[in-house]
Amino acid sequence: MYHTDSKEKEYSIQTKDVHLYYGDFHALKGISVAMRKNQVTAFIGPSGCGKSTFLRCFNRMNDLIDNARIEGDILVDGVDIYKTNIHVDDLRKHVGMVFQKPNPFPKSIFENVAYGLRVNGTQNKNFIQERVERSLQQAALWDEVKDKLKKSAFELSGGQQQRLCIARALAIEPSVLLMDEPASALDPISTAKIEELIYGLKKDYTIVIVTHNMQQAGRVSDHTAFFFLGELVEFAKTKTLFTSPRDQRTQNYITGRFG
Amino acid sequence: MSFHDGKSSNQSKRLAQSAAFTIFRGLSFSVVAILFIILAFIIIRGVSVISWEFLTEMPRNGMTAGGIFPAIVGTFWLVVGSMLFAFPIGVMSGIYMNEYLKDGWLKRFIKLMTNNLAGVPSIVFGLFGMALFVNRFGFGDSILAGSLTLGLLALPVVIRTTEESLKAIDDSFRIGSLALGASKWQTTSRVVLPMAFPNIITGLILSIGRVSGETAPILFTVAAYFLPRLPDSIFDQVMALPYHLYVISTSGTDIEASRKMAYGTAFILILIILVVNLLANWLRKYFAKRVKMH
Repeated sequence: MYHTDSKEKEYSIQTKDVHLYYGDFHALKGISVAMRKNQVTAFIGPSGCGKSTFLRCFNRMNDLIDNARIEGDILVDGVDIYKTNIHVDDLRKHVGMVFQKPNPFPKSIFENVAYGLRVNGTQNKNFIQERVERSLQQAALWDEVKDKLKKSAFELSGGQQQRLCIARALAIEPSVLLMDEPASALDPISTAKIEELIYGLKKDYTIVIVTHNMQQAGRVSDHTAFFFLGELVEFAKTKTLFTSPRDQRTQNYITGRFG
Repeated sequence: MSFHDGKSSNQSKRLAQSAAFTIFRGLSFSVVAILFIILAFIIIRGVSVISWEFLTEMPRNGMTAGGIFPAIVGTFWLVVGSMLFAFPIGVMSGIYMNEYLKDGWLKRFIKLMTNNLAGVPSIVFGLFGMALFVNRFGFGDSILAGSLTLGLLALPVVIRTTEESLKAIDDSFRIGSLALGASKWQTTSRVVLPMAFPNIITGLILSIGRVSGETAPILFTVAAYFLPRLPDSIFDQVMALPYHLYVISTSGTDIEASRKMAYGTAFILILIILVVNLLANWLRKYFAKRVKMH
């Protein structure tokens, strides 16, 4: 474990001067930021600004991209996650992720949620049973699926599938939950449900959400970071950032002058 | 410009379009027609030969009478043997290529070689099989040598089928699994392979159809001109349907007298391949339904 002092413990994710390159393309340019525990942080910015790339650094999903190269430090709960002795499987158990498009596995509803437990070596049937139920409840899906847990996950609606993916991520008890535009493929009612969910989850989890929807950022987040062309332009309390942005570029973006 | 003045410039556009698609339609129908003509030709001439005796007895009177039972049995064992060899190696190579090997010169090289292997004429496989399995390894003309040669021939098809089936699985499933802390192997074996399975199995079965009809690879490695008994071991020679067909059509003792037998054999060969293809189609649908459920 990494050395932590008491002040660092308040922060779940801290980054120092993070640069990321896709081949020759400089996608992230020296980003330093600290995100508090049990808070929701929103990443906003126009397409291609690097917000999703930055999000994927926290569970090392960028490792899957052949020509991606990263510099700088990223601490998750005090641990430097790019140190050589880190196992990515363990990191990804600790930092869960929900994607833009719901991507349930072609398995039953139950097995989708149990998957993370099973691949991480849990075999106790009762334990899995309980955890699946609890996760589905946390994701506000239990009442809708409790009578058809053995049915294929593909039979659920898009919004239900996305909540299933949230339940699936919660089942392995991460401390951080990354959400990459989790509602952008959903209808307004499903979106509202996801937002409500995020609001409820933050007492147990640190949440980072990428969104194109500024109203959504305003509704769900405590802090907001505005990215532009690979730079972190402004990071502030959500209310402050939306009412009195310091940077002209932030001002232009949130008033819809570009993006 | 108006929408309804009869003779707009669009008339020639429409004419060209309907001419083009009429020609295309005619051509694609004629492909189907050719298949039906071949089938009808074989069926009409072959079906009268088919009898219980034809299917279950040894050939007699210089292969002008009796049945083709040993050739059916021979082809069966050759298919089984070649698939036992080609399936595991081909599927595992395909998985390695698509799931593990990163893009780069090695992958391109293996792909190029696999494609080249698929393009090698089957008679060359036969020659190679004779040199390596029959002579070098000392298997002699045997089911073993013939199966290995046929397996080599099927290998590129099996590898490519596996690769294509895996490639068709959307990356979001892999990423979703990895993000839950699953290893690459867990992701492959628990999520990707079950999804790709229906298509892989279809490809495998189609390659059975291909292998069962091949003549050249078994010519020097296993096929017997006339052997009216069943094999005792994998080191035995056997008769096989495609080679038997070749023999009684070109170099039998009395070609005119065995003509009927040739059509009967062709009918059985085509029937086997049709049944195998239909089975492949049915299995793919069956498994596709099952995979969604579990």
